Amino acid sequence: MAYTEEELKKELETKEYEYGFYTDIESDTFPNGLNEEIVIAISKKKEEPEWMTLWRLESFKIWKEMVEPEWANVRYEKPDFQAISYYSAPNKKPKYNSLDEVDPELLDTFKKLGISLDEQKKLAGVAVDIVMDSVSVATTFKKTLAEKGIIFCSISEAIKEHPELVKKYIGTVVPQKDNFYAALNSAVFSDGSFCYIPKGVKCPMELSTYFRINQAGTGQFERTLVIADEGSYVSYLEGCTAPSRDENQLHAAVVELIALDDAEIKYSTVQNWFPGNKEGKGGVYNFVTKRGLCEKNAKISWTQVETGSAVTWKYPSCILKGDNSIGEFYSIAVTNNYQQADTGTKMIHLGKNTRSTIISKGISAGKSQNSYRGLVQVNSRAENARNFSQCDSLLMGNECGAHTFPYIEAKNKSAQIEHEATTSKIGEDQIFYCNQRGIDTEKAIALIVNGFSKEVLNKLPMEFAVEAQKLLEISLEGSVG
Amino acid sequence: MDLKEKLVSSFLAFENGVDVDNPVHDIRSEAIKKFEAKGFPTKKEEAWKYTSLNTLQKIDFSIFPKKESNLEYRDVKKYFLHEIDTFKIVFVDGVYSSFLSETTHDGVDVCLMSSALNKPMYKQIIDVYFNKIASQEDSLTSLNTAFSKEGAYIYIPKNKIPKKPIEIIHFATGNEAALLLQPRNLIIAEENAEMQIIERHQSLTSNEVFTNSVTEIFAAKNAIVDYYKVQNDCTTASLIDNTYIDQKGGSAVNVHTFSFGGKLTRNNLNFYQNGEHVDSTMKGVTIIEGKQHVDHHTLVHHIEPNCESHQDYKGIYGENATGVFNGKIIVEKIAQKTNAFQQNNNILVSDKATINTKPQLEIFADDVKCSHGCTIGQLDEEALFYLQSRGIPKKEARALLMYAFANNVLESVRIPELKVRINKLIANKLEVRLGFDL
Repeated sequence: MAYTEEELKKELETKEYEYGFYTDIESDTFPNGLNEEIVIAISKKKEEPEWMTLWRLESFKIWKEMVEPEWANVRYEKPDFQAISYYSAPNKKPKYNSLDEVDPELLDTFKKLGISLDEQKKLAGVAVDIVMDSVSVATTFKKTLAEKGIIFCSISEAIKEHPELVKKYIGTVVPQKDNFYAALNSAVFSDGSFCYIPKGVKCPMELSTYFRINQAGTGQFERTLVIADEGSYVSYLEGCTAPSRDENQLHAAVVELIALDDAEIKYSTVQNWFPGNKEGKGGVYNFVTKRGLCEKNAKISWTQVETGSAVTWKYPSCILKGDNSIGEFYSIAVTNNYQQADTGTKMIHLGKNTRSTIISKGISAGKSQNSYRGLVQVNSRAENARNFSQCDSLLMGNECGAHTFPYIEAKNKSAQIEHEATTSKIGEDQIFYCNQRGIDTEKAIALIVNGFSKEVLNKLPMEFAVEAQKLLEISLEGSVG
Repeated sequence: MDLKEKLVSSFLAFENGVDVDNPVHDIRSEAIKKFEAKGFPTKKEEAWKYTSLNTLQKIDFSIFPKKESNLEYRDVKKYFLHEIDTFKIVFVDGVYSSFLSETTHDGVDVCLMSSALNKPMYKQIIDVYFNKIASQEDSLTSLNTAFSKEGAYIYIPKNKIPKKPIEIIHFATGNEAALLLQPRNLIIAEENAEMQIIERHQSLTSNEVFTNSVTEIFAAKNAIVDYYKVQNDCTTASLIDNTYIDQKGGSAVNVHTFSFGGKLTRNNLNFYQNGEHVDSTMKGVTIIEGKQHVDHHTLVHHIEPNCESHQDYKGIYGENATGVFNGKIIVEKIAQKTNAFQQNNNILVSDKATINTKPQLEIFADDVKCSHGCTIGQLDEEALFYLQSRGIPKKEARALLMYAFANNVLESVRIPELKVRINKLIANKLEVRLGFDL
């Protein structure tokens, strides 16, 4: 039977957020509000050394002086930073040796998310560092990694166990005063992941973390630090799902990547925070600062699939400092209903013979607004820098918007920069062609969107690619008029 | 006293010299208030991120030139398109020169803003058009509106085509050490009317000149307006050109901007498509060196369905020159079936030259074809090698290739004599001896 537009619409509207459930785990939550005492309390709670506490306080001081940025092409009610609880951790916090010891309720949550630990352990060979409301509760495969000298743990653990590494690198790529949210994160970050790959080591498995906001009214302030020492390689996956909540939740993470000489970091994200319901109520505010630094011959590759969040503000960037370094950015951003996304990248070419590639695919449906904002900067000493950018937008329905704001600044004559952007809709003839071949409209759209996003999907590691494809279909179901 | 204060305090003196009972008086007073509130744009504003007006504001410009100057036609002949017969509206230091001009009221009006603003017979048109499409928010436009008094006024009635192209030329004689000019032009093409305009600003000495010009163009149904801006001024002259174009159904407006000279040039070119089947074309060639700065800001606002816009800007930047291109295309929700194309190609010739470009799309309609492309690069090594292998020295080969790069924007120039002129200007600028006649 033919699937009519009306039916499609109805189904979409009634489709609830698949991951919308709330785990009732007793949480240890701080009173709302932010002041120096809270910052100190967070630090104390995490049993941090003094230098870390001072660093947080310094960040807090910087943050107080800053104002929330307004340049992004998004409209939202600004969060009240004094109405947020800055720390929330599951109360039962024993160190687990095996999965049996883990709170069954928590395991259940993971099962619903489809990230059953044992399954992943067996099938995918992925070490998962699960962050649930800020505190890392399960770290697997640590032993295998330890044999290679790879450190993969929560950042609070790293602060205690490897202070010299954390001290040396934290805040070097994203300084405390970088922007409003980075400063806030630096002051109050609750937990996150830390990864160090020693010289010449190729990490044998994909490292992966799932973030998840659980407790109502808590902000999530993750801090990720990945260091790839000379000649090493790591592929890092980050996935996000959040349960359904009516009030807006704030997520202000900072991710810093450091690729030393000849190292390579591949960082893939699937972001599926709660996007709000069809009236645009609720949803997560995702204000993230992600940046990587490339030394000589190093390579950093960002791949992201953004389908969630009510408001996204995110620009994974590469500073191509060393000669011959490479930066890549592959992104799919899907917005539906009242979602707003302002995302893109920055490629700062400082070294000679640096290369960067930007492929950005934006898909807007419903009443959403999707913006690409990017900067390609070639400094005067960056001889023979090369950039290729491509931004394609796909519009579905006439109530959404697609915007492009590419900034291109070249100060060297040997630079070669190309930028292309196109905006279009799914062609009626394309759908007709599929229909004619017996493929119904909904499947046809999935097919076309898949083809449109293929260049980016191909860059994702296997396990993620499957999930991402599914996510694309789910978030766009029935959105075509 | 800084320039802003000086301008604001001069406003009273200016008002003494014009008719205050005129309804335009209210528009002026309103505008000076807006300018006073906002002041000159700073680099903190997104639209002025790459262009600073700080150095200009430090110069002590005279706002009202003290004495009238006379120019001999033979001295300035070369600045006119003298190969063909044209209507001419000429200003010397901001004052109309009847001696150099050739205006007309024969079927069409090619005359002066000052008479249009003051004579009752034009009142009806001024009421309908004056300051209607110009931005009410832009502070430099407000500044111009506040001091609007003189400029070109062109009115082409229904189904009329003037006999010859119209030249608008502003000379600065250098009688003042530093001069601020604020010409205000109003150009109206009624239904099916057609016209060609060439605009030029020329400083005759190395004294500082700062021109803040506003032009409003109204193209009614099926009207055709070709507008050519020749910007080849001395390197002590700065120009801020604000052009606002209102297009009704079926009209076609083509604006060509040739930026070769000037110290600081900023072009704000704004198209508003208030009708269906509108065609808007913007083309530009920028070839600059030294410390020159050229900033092109274009806006095409697609408000109605079934319209097209084409943009093609090429730039060659040498020495310490800075180029900026910011092209914005907005497609409204109801503007379905819009075709909007934008192309910006740049060549940096020197290590110290800079180009900042930002092609920007804001699209709210789904059934549209919008694309933009932007490149920054060098000359094709293989093409260079090919020419060299045919015995053309490297320097000439490079120049030839650059000439070819810039030249193809000229294809759409519809005045053959002007095309030859611009071709020669490009060749001179790039030091190419073409060795053939154009």
